[in-house]
Amino acid sequence: MARKLNLRIWRGDATDGGLKDVQVDVNEGEVVLDVIHRVQATQMGDLAVRWNCKAGKCGSCSMEINGKPRLACMTQVASFDENETITVTPLRAFPVIKDLVTDVSFNYKKAMEIPAYEPPKDLAPGEARMQQVDVERSQEFRKCIECFLCQDTCHVIRDHEENKPSFAGPRFFIRIAELDMHPLDMLKNRKRTAQEEHGLGMCNITKCCTEVCPEHIKITDNAIIPMKERVVDIKYDPARMFAGLLKREKRN
Amino acid sequence: MTAKESTLQREKYDVLIIGAGGAGLRAAVEAREAGLSVAIICKSLFGKAHTVMAEGGAAASMGNVNDKDNWMVHFRDTMRGGKFLNHYRMAELHAKEAPDRIWELEMWGALFDRTQAGKISQRNFGGHEYPRLAHVGDRTGLEIIRTMQQKIVQLQQKDGREFGDMEAKIKVFAECTITEILKENGKIAGAYGYWRESGEEVLFEAPAVVIATGGVGKTFKITSNSWEGTGDGHALALKAGANLVDMEFLQFHPTGMVWPPSVRGILVTESVRGEGGILTNSLGERFMFKYIPDVFKDKYADNEEEADRWYLDQDNNRRPPELLPRDEVARAINSEVKAGRGTEHGGVFLDVSKRIPAEVIKKRLPSMWHQFYELAGVDITKEAMEVGPTCHYVMGGVEVEPDTAAAIGVPGLFAAGEVAGGMHGSNRLGGNSLTDLLVFGRRAGEGAVNYVKSAGANPVSDASIKAAADRIEAPFSRAGGENSYALHAELQEVTHNLVGIIRTRTEIEEAVIKIADIRARSKNVAVSGGRLFNPGFHLAFDLDNMLLVAESTAKSALLREESRGGHTRDDFPGMNMKWRQMNNIASFDGNQVNIKAQPLPVLPKELFDLFDVHELEKYMTPEEIAKGGSN
Ligand SMILES: Cc1cc2nc3c(=O)[nH]c(=O)nc-3n(C[C@H](O)[C@H](O)[C@H](O)COP(=O)(O)OP(=O)(O)OC[C@H]3O[C@@H](n4cnc5c(N)ncnc54)[C@H](O)[C@@H]3O)c2cc1C
Ligand code: SF4
Ligand code: SF4
Ligand code: FES
Repeated sequence: MARKLNLRIWRGDATDGGLKDVQVDVNEGEVVLDVIHRVQATQMGDLAVRWNCKAGKCGSCSMEINGKPRLACMTQVASFDENETITVTPLRAFPVIKDLVTDVSFNYKKAMEIPAYEPPKDLAPGEARMQQVDVERSQEFRKCIECFLCQDTCHVIRDHEENKPSFAGPRFFIRIAELDMHPLDMLKNRKRTAQEEHGLGMCNITKCCTEVCPEHIKITDNAIIPMKERVVDIKYDPARMFAGLLKREKRN
Repeated sequence: MTAKESTLQREKYDVLIIGAGGAGLRAAVEAREAGLSVAIICKSLFGKAHTVMAEGGAAASMGNVNDKDNWMVHFRDTMRGGKFLNHYRMAELHAKEAPDRIWELEMWGALFDRTQAGKISQRNFGGHEYPRLAHVGDRTGLEIIRTMQQKIVQLQQKDGREFGDMEAKIKVFAECTITEILKENGKIAGAYGYWRESGEEVLFEAPAVVIATGGVGKTFKITSNSWEGTGDGHALALKAGANLVDMEFLQFHPTGMVWPPSVRGILVTESVRGEGGILTNSLGERFMFKYIPDVFKDKYADNEEEADRWYLDQDNNRRPPELLPRDEVARAINSEVKAGRGTEHGGVFLDVSKRIPAEVIKKRLPSMWHQFYELAGVDITKEAMEVGPTCHYVMGGVEVEPDTAAAIGVPGLFAAGEVAGGMHGSNRLGGNSLTDLLVFGRRAGEGAVNYVKSAGANPVSDASIKAAADRIEAPFSRAGGENSYALHAELQEVTHNLVGIIRTRTEIEEAVIKIADIRARSKNVAVSGGRLFNPGFHLAFDLDNMLLVAESTAKSALLREESRGGHTRDDFPGMNMKWRQMNNIASFDGNQVNIKAQPLPVLPKELFDLFDVHELEKYMTPEEIAKGGSN
C-alpha cells in the first residue's frame, strides 16, 4: 500500500537553484520517475523532467539519484531503505536548463564530428552477406540508447569544461569502435583519428563509464582498450603500416 | 510591427517535417537528397521518438528464410489482417517496396541479425504467413532510428564540406512543439510553435509540410505509448482542413505488462509469441484454441500437437493460435479475464520459460528479459509473465493520396507513418508499421519535393502569426482555471471506460457528451509557473489535441454499427459486409468534429485475383464478388 517518501529535488535554472524537500506517496513497484511524476501532477506543475519510454529504451530520463548517474525509469524506489531520503539532481557534466533537465547538445555536436559510415562502392542493395558472429561485435555498441550517463560520469569532462572541445567521450568511442568493427565500413584510420582528433588518448581506463551503462555495454573492455592497443600497434609497427596501405586496414 | 513580432524567431525552409520518428526521418532524407532545404522538428530530443521503442521487427517479404514469400503473399496477409478495410493501393505499395527500404537501411550502416547464409534474418509474427520480420534482437526500432539519425549526420557532413556549415540545408529543431499549421490562400505556408526549453515562440515558413507525428495512445489510460503520443498531427491536420479516416480503429496490443501498477501498459513484444511463447489462463488452460474465428480456421492449428509441430515444420502444419492477428488475441484475453479466469492482477499468463532454453531467451529477447527482471522482479527464463491488453496503435489517421502521401484537401500538406490512415484497414499486423514508415516516409518526401518544385512562395501573413501567438499566450493570462493534468486524467478515464476494447451505443453516446464537456472546460486551462521548460504548459496544448482525437474516435465508433478489427461493438457483434465498403471520414468545422461515411476504393481486378474467391466471400457481398474487382 501507499507509503510516504521523502524526496529531495533540485529545482532551479541556469542562474540559481537548490534542493527542495517534498513528501510524496509511493506505491509498490514504483520507480523514481513515477514519484517525480506524482510530484509534478500534484505539487509542482512546472517541474521539468525528461522521459519517453518508461522502460529503459530511449535514454531520456537520465539524472543523478543520490549522486549516481542513473535512469529514473529503471530505478526502483524499493532499492533504497524505507526511511532514506532520495535525492534527485540534474546531470552534473552538462549545463542545467531547468530542474532535472540539462543541455545535452554537447553530445549531438560530437555525434556530428564522427565521420559517417562509408559503404563499399560496388555493393548493390540486398547483396550484403555477413555472418552473425561478425556483426555481433558492432551490434553490442549499437545497443546504446544515448542516455549519456557514461558521458556524465567520465571524469575527463565531468568537472573539466576545458577538456570538452578535444574529447568526444565514451559514447562516441563506442561509435567509432562500432564503425571500425563494422564488416562493411570502408573508411580507413578510424582508430588513429579516435586517438588524434577525438581524445581517446585522454581516457585513462578508469572504467567508470562501463559501470553506469544501463545497456551493460562493455565500453572499456570491448571498445576503448582494443582501440588503444591497435593504435599503439599501428603507430609503432612499420610493417603493419605498410600492409595497411596495400590492404584495407580494417582488421588489424 | 509590435515588439513581439520583431523579436520572433523566423526560419525559412523548402520542406518542414514535423516528427523525427522513422517516417519523418525517411522523408527528410528523401527531400534533402533531392536538393531541398529541410527542417526536422520534434518534441523530444533527437533520437527519442516512439520508433526507438519498437521491438519486434520490420515486415518485408525478402524471402530470406522462406523463399516462398513475395509481395503478393505479404499484400494478402496485410489485407486479411485489416479485414479488407485497407486502402488497397497503400497495402500494395507497402508490400512491393518494403524489401528495398530494408536493404537501403543496410546500405546506410544498419546491422540486422543474420541467417546462416549471411542474409538478413526474418522472424515469425502474428498474421504473417512466412517468417518476415527483419530484426535486431528485440530492439529493431532503435536500429532503425539510429541508422537514419546517422544518415542525416552523413548528409550534414556532406553539406558541411560543400557549404562550410553542416546545418546549412538540413537542421533538427529538437524539443520544439508545433501548435499550428499555417495556410495562406488555401495552401500551406508554414507552421508555428514554441521551444519546450525556453517557451519562446518560433515561426517556420515553408511551402510544404510533412506531418509525421506518430500516434494517439496517451488519449487512453492504459497505453504502450510515451507522453509524445498525443495525436498532435491528427489534430493539426484536422484544423488545417484535412480529413481523418476511420478513427474508430485503435489497436489494443494483447500483451502489455499488468503488474506492478506503475508499469501497466508497457509493451511485451509479440516476438515473445513469435519465438514460441504460449498464453494460458489461471486454470492452466491454453485458451487460444477456443478463439479461432471462422475466417482463420484453415490457417491456425486447433490442437496443441499441431501447433507445436509448426515450429519445426511450417509447410505441413497450421500456425499456433497465439499468432492470430492482435485484435483476436486481445479480445480473447479480455474474455478470459471477464469470465473470471484471469490472473490475480487481471491479466493472463504468457510463458516462454518451458519451451526455450534460458540462454536462447536472453539472446533473442534481451530487452524483455531486462524489462521484467528490473521492473517486475520476474525472471522470464524461469517464470511466466502476466500480460493484458494495452492501447498501442491507431489505424485511423490523415486521409492521404497513396502514391504521394499528400493530405486530401490541403495543397502542400503531406502525412506519413502512424499519423496517416488507410494502410492498415481495421487492424495493423505487427511489423507492418516500421516498413510503413519507410515506404510512405520516402513517398511523402518525394511528394513534397515535387510539390515544392511547382508551387511558388506563399508567405505567412501577420494576421496568422498573431492568431497563433495569441493562442500560446492565453493559458498564462488566466488565473485559477482548470488543471491540465486533472483534465487529462479525466479524459483517459472516459476513453478507457466508454470507448475502449468493447464498445456499445449508450456508452459511446455518454463518451461524446463527456468529451465535449471536458473540451469546454479545457478552454479555461490555466498554467502555473513561467515559460521555461514547463510541462504543465506543454500538456495544455497536447490536451487540446487529444480532445479532438477522442471526439473523432468516439463519433466514428458510434456511427460504425459492426465489429471489425480494432473496433468491437457489443451491440453489433460480427462484421457487416455493407460497412466493409465504407470509410468513416472525420472533418472539423472549427467548432466540432463531423463524421460522414464514404465508399472505400474498390479492389482492382489484378489485386482481386490474387485471392481465392472463397476467402473473399467471407468479406464481400455477392454483388462485389460477381464484379470481380474494378475495371
Ligand atoms: C513499445 C512499442 C513497440 C512497437 N514495436 C513495433 C514493432 O516491433 N514493429 C512495428 O512495425 N511497429 C512497432 N510499433 C509501432 C511503431 O513503432 C510506431 O507506429 C512507429 O514507430 C511510429 O512512427 P512515426 O514515425 O509515425 O512516429 P513516432 O516515431 O511516434 O515519432 C513521432 C515524432 O513526431 C514528433 N511530434 C509529435 N507531435 C509533435 C508536435 N506537435 N510538434 C513537433 N513534433 C511533434 C515527436 O516528437 C516524434 O519525433 C511499436 C510501438 C510501440 C509503442
Ligand atoms: S574509462 Fe575512459 S572514457 Fe570511461 S570513464 Fe574512464 S576515462 Fe572516461
Ligand atoms: S554507452 Fe551506455 S551509458 Fe553511454 S550513452 Fe550509450 S547506453 Fe548510455
Ligand atoms: S524514459 Fe526512456 S529510458 Fe527512461
